[in-house]
Amino acid sequence: MRRVVIFGATSAIAQATARLFAAEGARIFLVARNAERLEAVAADLRLRGAAEVHTTVADLTDMADHARLVEQARATLDGIESVLIAHGTLGDQAESERDPTALLREMTTNFLSPASLLQALAPVMAHGTIAVIGSVAGDRGRQSNYVYGAAKGGLRVFTQGVRHRLASRGVDVVLVQPGFVDTPMTAAVAKGGPLWAKPERVARDIHRAMARGGPAILYTPWFWRWIMLIIRLVPDAIFRKTKL
Amino acid sequence: MVRSDYLSWGRVLRPRQTVTRPAFMGDVAAILRGSRTSVLPFGMGRSYGDSCLNADAALIDVRALNRLIAFDRETGVLEVEAGVTLAEILQYLTAVSEPERSWFPAVSPGTKFVTVGGAIANDVHGKNHHSAGCFGNHVLSLRLLRSDGTTHLCSPSQETALFAATIGGLGLTGVILSAVLQMKSVPSLWLEVEDIRFEDLAAFDRLNAESADWEYTVAWTDCLARGPQLGRGIFTRARHAGRLGPPPPAMLRFRRSMPIDLPGFALNAASVTAFNALYWRRAPVTPTRRVSSYEPVFYPLDAIGQWNRIYGARGFHQYQCVVPTVTAPEAIPALLNAIAAARQGSFLAVLKTLGSRPSPGMLSFPMAGTTLALDFPNRGAATYDLLNRLDAITAAAGGRIYPAKDGRVSAGDFQRGFQNWRDFARHVDPHFSSSFWRRVTAPFESSSNS
Repeated sequence: MRRVVIFGATSAIAQATARLFAAEGARIFLVARNAERLEAVAADLRLRGAAEVHTTVADLTDMADHARLVEQARATLDGIESVLIAHGTLGDQAESERDPTALLREMTTNFLSPASLLQALAPVMAHGTIAVIGSVAGDRGRQSNYVYGAAKGGLRVFTQGVRHRLASRGVDVVLVQPGFVDTPMTAAVAKGGPLWAKPERVARDIHRAMARGGPAILYTPWFWRWIMLIIRLVPDAIFRKTKL
Repeated sequence: MVRSDYLSWGRVLRPRQTVTRPAFMGDVAAILRGSRTSVLPFGMGRSYGDSCLNADAALIDVRALNRLIAFDRETGVLEVEAGVTLAEILQYLTAVSEPERSWFPAVSPGTKFVTVGGAIANDVHGKNHHSAGCFGNHVLSLRLLRSDGTTHLCSPSQETALFAATIGGLGLTGVILSAVLQMKSVPSLWLEVEDIRFEDLAAFDRLNAESADWEYTVAWTDCLARGPQLGRGIFTRARHAGRLGPPPPAMLRFRRSMPIDLPGFALNAASVTAFNALYWRRAPVTPTRRVSSYEPVFYPLDAIGQWNRIYGARGFHQYQCVVPTVTAPEAIPALLNAIAAARQGSFLAVLKTLGSRPSPGMLSFPMAGTTLALDFPNRGAATYDLLNRLDAITAAAGGRIYPAKDGRVSAGDFQRGFQNWRDFARHVDPHFSSSFWRRVTAPFESSSNS
């Protein structure tokens, strides 16, 4: 039975992925901030077939607590095979431009906190896969969300390094790059059109990548690999004239 | 967020609505507090007309409230959040079915892509209405959040008036957060099915009378057949079969999807007449029994994603009425004659005899009698003229139309059909409304049609 740890377990993508693990009868350890939400998610996973579901309430921006959290998960599950780091916020770019506190908060939630978790996990994992949710926003800085994008871009390099570090031990690290996902996190964004994916669709890709240990960078749905390739290749002289 | 992509299934209207999407039940209260306009809960958008729309006001999309809460494998009592769909329940029940016993929803409409909240709010019925009643007959309790911030646990024995108003209450009494449902114990998820071709309405009545030991009955009817062929169709009856190996797989995704709106000329009287005649002839003259998964019997259209696009960009109206047992022998032929004469119906025409088990719901649609449901591509005035004629026949027969399917019935015909609507209106949450509700509660001249 797979032993799975999920940080940020109440996010829509995390829940959808956890349901796939639950259906396989996995043993699951969930971490999130809100006790009531966490319990709703845990009850759902228990019904959907999880062999066991454990929960711990924690604020993941408190990085001093990370080593203890990882140790608690390891001890509870008697080892860790699969990890999904899924917490994050789609902060307010304008606020981060005005207020350095907001900038620091965005960087902490979306970069420092997952980076610190990776550091805490690295010595503990003996095999298996760590998946970290990044974003296509991290592939190129854009005026509309470069704070969030920079945090996710930093996470991209950091994850690459941890993947390199753990390769000899047989631990795979996957950076998940979702495009537009129709979740409560993006509720304030106008939707429609073929680019918007359901969290269930993204979860299937993540679940498969976590079983296989790769690819190193997972674009989901797949077409984002090609969209982002083009966006990265647009020369700056042209890019700066766009409103993206 | 103001959106124009929240539509009902008929796609005739394209209103602008502010949409919020709570991730957890605990988020709904803040949304209600923060809304400056009226609100309406929205699920899968399988209502056809305007009963799930709230033009120039707000919708609360509850689809993220899709968690299972508890299931008792001994009693079949299932508790879920209101955004859980019947498809998800079926998938779950398939996964937990055991050799000696399976569980199945007590009542299911013709699509499994409806939320539990929507099934309660429309008090849906299925092919077993004659034996099982409505969805609301199997709701053990529900939790309802009102705009004043209070949560009400409603059941047949607690807050009974609010329970009665909320079942079939069209989402107007508050937000249903969760519900406790009684599943039914069945020998297996497989069905024993018979399709029987019938020549006229007398034969339909005869088949109904002969089918007492069949749990599920429904008939497709060739709505364009006229004269001696009036009312011909195919009668389908089914019941749960004994265990036949592992349960049929639950299908969650579409095999095919309508990629585009079909152009308007594709469905015309000639093509539909030809299709219906061929379809009728395809059914064997002598009944043949077969064993089937529940999917094609219960949800034939769910196999094609977005099948509503077959009616083109202008959308379509579904017309569903029920007429009481005593007037049905005259009203049903009159309705079918009017449709055939106008040469407007489509291939989806369904006849079903409804039973007499009352629902707890105040505004519940079914009554003992016969219900007719069919699709009409939206062709503007010609379509509205015909539907108004059908309303007149239904009203004269003492029948009523189904709010979940409706987008155009007059306030007068609605109010005559649902005599207790004023009692119901007392339970409507002051901050809730819908396009449908505003339309059918508008004052009308009661002398005009009585």
